[in-house]
Amino acid sequence: MGKVFAIVVTIITIVSTAIFVSHHWWMPPDVSLLGAGIDHQLSETMVTSGILFVVAQLVLAFFVWRFADNNDQRKIKIFPGGATPMVVGAIILVGAEILALTLVGSKIWASIYVASADPNSLKIDVQAEQFAYYFRYAGPDGKFGALHPELIDESSGNFFGLDPANDTAARDDIVAATLAVPVNTPILLELHAKDVSHAFYAPELRLQQDFVPGLVIPIHFTATRLIKSEIVCTQLCGLGHYNMRAYLEVMSADDFKKWLNEQSGQ
Amino acid sequence: MNSPDSSHTARPAGIWRKVFSLDHKVIGRQYLDLSLVAVTTGMILSWLMRLHLAWPTRYIPFLGAISREATGGIITPEYYLSLMTMHGTIMVFFVLTTAPFAGFGNFILPIQIGAEDMAFPRFNMMSFWVTFVAFIVLVAAFFVPEGPPLSGWTAYAPLSAVGKDAGPGQGWGQTLWVISIGIFCIGQLLGSLNFIATTLDLRTKGMTLARMPFSTWAWFITAVIGLIAFSVLLPACVLLLLDRVAGTSFFIPAGLVISDRLQPHAGGSPLLWQHLFWFFGHPEVYIAILPGFGIVSHVLPAVTRKPLLGPRVFIVCMAAIAFLSYTVWGHHMFMSGMNPFSATVFSVPTLIITIPAAITTLLWIGTLYGAKMRFNTAALFCLGFISVFVSGGISGFFLAQPAIDSYLHGTYFVVGHFHFVMGVASMFGIFVGVYFWFPKMFGRMMNETLGKWHFILTFIGVYCIFMPMHWLGLAGNVRRYSAFTVDYMKGSIPLHRFITVAALFTGAAQLIFFYNLFRSRFRGEIAPANPWQATSLEWTTSSPPPHDNFGGHHPVVYHGPNEYGVAGKDGDYIMQNSPEPEPVAAAS
Amino acid sequence: MHKSSFSVLAIVVLVSSAASIRAGRFTASLVAPGTVEGTISYTGTPPKMKPIDMAKEPSCAKQHATPVMTESVVTGPSNTLEYVVVYVSAGDQGGPASQPVRYDQKGCEYIPHVAVMGVNQPLEIYNNDQTSHNIHPMARVNSEWNKSQPPGSPAIKTTYDKPEFIPVKCNVHPWMHGYFAVLSTSRYSVSDGNGKFSLKGLPPGKYTLTAWQEKFGTQTQDVTVSSGGTAKVNFTFKATPY
Repeated sequence: MGKVFAIVVTIITIVSTAIFVSHHWWMPPDVSLLGAGIDHQLSETMVTSGILFVVAQLVLAFFVWRFADNNDQRKIKIFPGGATPMVVGAIILVGAEILALTLVGSKIWASIYVASADPNSLKIDVQAEQFAYYFRYAGPDGKFGALHPELIDESSGNFFGLDPANDTAARDDIVAATLAVPVNTPILLELHAKDVSHAFYAPELRLQQDFVPGLVIPIHFTATRLIKSEIVCTQLCGLGHYNMRAYLEVMSADDFKKWLNEQSGQ
Repeated sequence: MNSPDSSHTARPAGIWRKVFSLDHKVIGRQYLDLSLVAVTTGMILSWLMRLHLAWPTRYIPFLGAISREATGGIITPEYYLSLMTMHGTIMVFFVLTTAPFAGFGNFILPIQIGAEDMAFPRFNMMSFWVTFVAFIVLVAAFFVPEGPPLSGWTAYAPLSAVGKDAGPGQGWGQTLWVISIGIFCIGQLLGSLNFIATTLDLRTKGMTLARMPFSTWAWFITAVIGLIAFSVLLPACVLLLLDRVAGTSFFIPAGLVISDRLQPHAGGSPLLWQHLFWFFGHPEVYIAILPGFGIVSHVLPAVTRKPLLGPRVFIVCMAAIAFLSYTVWGHHMFMSGMNPFSATVFSVPTLIITIPAAITTLLWIGTLYGAKMRFNTAALFCLGFISVFVSGGISGFFLAQPAIDSYLHGTYFVVGHFHFVMGVASMFGIFVGVYFWFPKMFGRMMNETLGKWHFILTFIGVYCIFMPMHWLGLAGNVRRYSAFTVDYMKGSIPLHRFITVAALFTGAAQLIFFYNLFRSRFRGEIAPANPWQATSLEWTTSSPPPHDNFGGHHPVVYHGPNEYGVAGKDGDYIMQNSPEPEPVAAAS
Repeated sequence: MHKSSFSVLAIVVLVSSAASIRAGRFTASLVAPGTVEGTISYTGTPPKMKPIDMAKEPSCAKQHATPVMTESVVTGPSNTLEYVVVYVSAGDQGGPASQPVRYDQKGCEYIPHVAVMGVNQPLEIYNNDQTSHNIHPMARVNSEWNKSQPPGSPAIKTTYDKPEFIPVKCNVHPWMHGYFAVLSTSRYSVSDGNGKFSLKGLPPGKYTLTAWQEKFGTQTQDVTVSSGGTAKVNFTFKATPY
């Protein structure tokens, strides 16, 4: 039975590793300015973890195959060096990896999530609600109207709770259900939630952030290629969670101007 | 040494005394029986979930009859999420926190340290019945008008806090959930107190801390973790309950509009719930796995016929893991909106905790070197445990880094990771315990052929279920979705179908286990006192043990539990209570 | 026959005929039902309806060549209003209606925007879309419920037992909004695309009519219906742009 186990472990290890290496199921191509750092980090971790995975499983399989009790008079053997090589090996190997990955990884993380947005970013207000995203652009006056939750009226399309009757800044705000952005332009998204926690997940942008009710959370990115992809919700928000998505459309600067005009004209 | 309770001198009689027994062995079995019911329920819930994910519009027979929420036998999105919530809650609390710790710990720990019972038998009895009530309250959530809660076992606020406006299941269902978990905390705290007091005070003569079996150490350390962790979850549940029924706003900020209604709350923080929950939640996963560490380390020497490599290092590692487990909770919150700099801070101890985990894994593998392995079912599950713990631990390595977690958070990669370490490794730890201690508990041997089939089918099955989830996660497949209607996830449905088939197959394989369990109770070969030729004190007494564990005398201990591969008078081992001297140098 | 018995008989016949006439048994021969019709208009500037972006649900979006507009204030030519419910609030309420009222979810819209029904009149809600909907009538007087309807699931059949104007929303698609108008009368009419309504089959008599528009509230007018006649009643609402 031990030999069966050893063979099964070996097969599982080889097949799994092959599938990981084949990238058959893998991240979509990255279209963000800073995403390459994440991809690099992931690849490094994949290689080092992959080696650890393969070695550990195959050594396990080998020991199981080799050291069965065949009812002979063989004496047991203690691992050379006892526990010390294990302790030292773990500290050095794992410790070194940790150091390397943390030092490098923390820089990448900071560049995306800690660093401030470019001051010239195009600012877009994002509201997440059960179960859709709405995006607000400032309109020609460049100013966002104030939000009044008590004025929210979805039957008339006032998702944000704007008060155009009394607030001139709100009158030209453009509200859309699609996140359209011009390519190669720094974008600042300010995330707020209308009802419960949600999240913003755009795999192609290598960007994810929870929406927390009561907070306005900024995230920023620059898209480097024209693309139409999806933004989906990754924070359980109720029954429609699976159906909560918006399209991200990265367009040329001209197309973006046209799109804005179309949206505001309506 | 000390007789804990005078009620132990006479055998209890009558149904009342049997049901509310103060005997730790009965209480341990009651916990295990409760876990058995819970795991069966949890597994059925997971089959329904997997069926729905693979074939979302398919009609499921009988479902319409037994569930008000699934009229027409089709699982609605909210019902899927309720199934998922109850699956997670039942499995984490009533299986993985209960069986390895309260179940086996209760039965075995007092015997392993040479005591007659736990330090506080009445607390012990109460802790089981409190846990039982918690389970009933939780199951009641299935039967309330709006159905069971759907906010996940993590119950994030405000979804879990605002009440029924937030959606179906968030009325009475969620309230019962909060009450149930609060009650469960009380049961756990009582249990932890008992384990700690017993381990410190009731060790028999010669049983120094250093000579305690590894499983006892694991239960002791787990009890300490539990004491602190559940002490935080309990007040968190109280606060959540107050938000739901008393109009407070611990977790709910102002200005929320739900179901077109402005919610009458202000001043609360959803992040506060996450901090409180995960401060409990991360140590909780170590509560689920450490007993398995202990059980595997306890069984491995017996089935390899050699001492565990690095016994003291192993114990220090368990303690290090326990200590570090309190410093890492923020790694569940990298994306939560807390200050992003804190993500870097939390990722450091998260990565550091891999060191003691890696050491223990290497110690187990190193123990196999030069061994004379006996491949009984308990041994196989130990080996399986090592393999899946490697797999699950390594996937944790990715999630521990915020930059990578920013892509993998909320995807099936996480689901694959925690199922490997909890749903499989911890479960395998339970199986090791069952196959190893069944003879001691019931006086009969389990059927080894059935056990081996159970093992190999389950081992292959769980890899087929949970390894593909890592690939789904890398492709950005999001978790907690009741259906994959989003464009880029539609292509993942074939792999989901594969996983569903594997899950049903693995579930079916558990029938072999259930059959073996019940059949062996009545038809198993009669078990001797020490069928495994193991060294610890539970094997010095009869199978099953007498009421006071040792038949009126207290054992005296001369050795640690690790004397294997030595020239002992009974064979290649020396029992802990054997007065023969330790050999000067073991084979090295 | 005795003279006095004949008189008694005549009186009995006359009295019972009068009673029958009051019960409407002999209307065919003696009186004819009347009609009330009219137009609902507005003064001032109504709010502009906004196009609905259904991007998140492509299976619905592609059913509409041009985007659907919000329907909280739907206007017609010559400053008229559609979807105004005109009903008898005082006067002969008419008997209960048993014909089921049908409410469709199609193309991620509620059709009709306002569904009118009498108390205890059967309501049947259908999902014709490829996506799941979760219909949530937000009743305050009646019991509030919501229910998911995955594609292919059977119609939801229900009734309401108290009069109420119930806003209806979809928990999955935030732009979907409609109304259930539950009335104690079966005499109602909803204004059409030209703002015209028409209540037929009204026994002659005095009535109070109420007109309800979801944003502009209610107005009442009294009207007298003559036998076989058509009374004209117009309602004018004051519209504001916001």
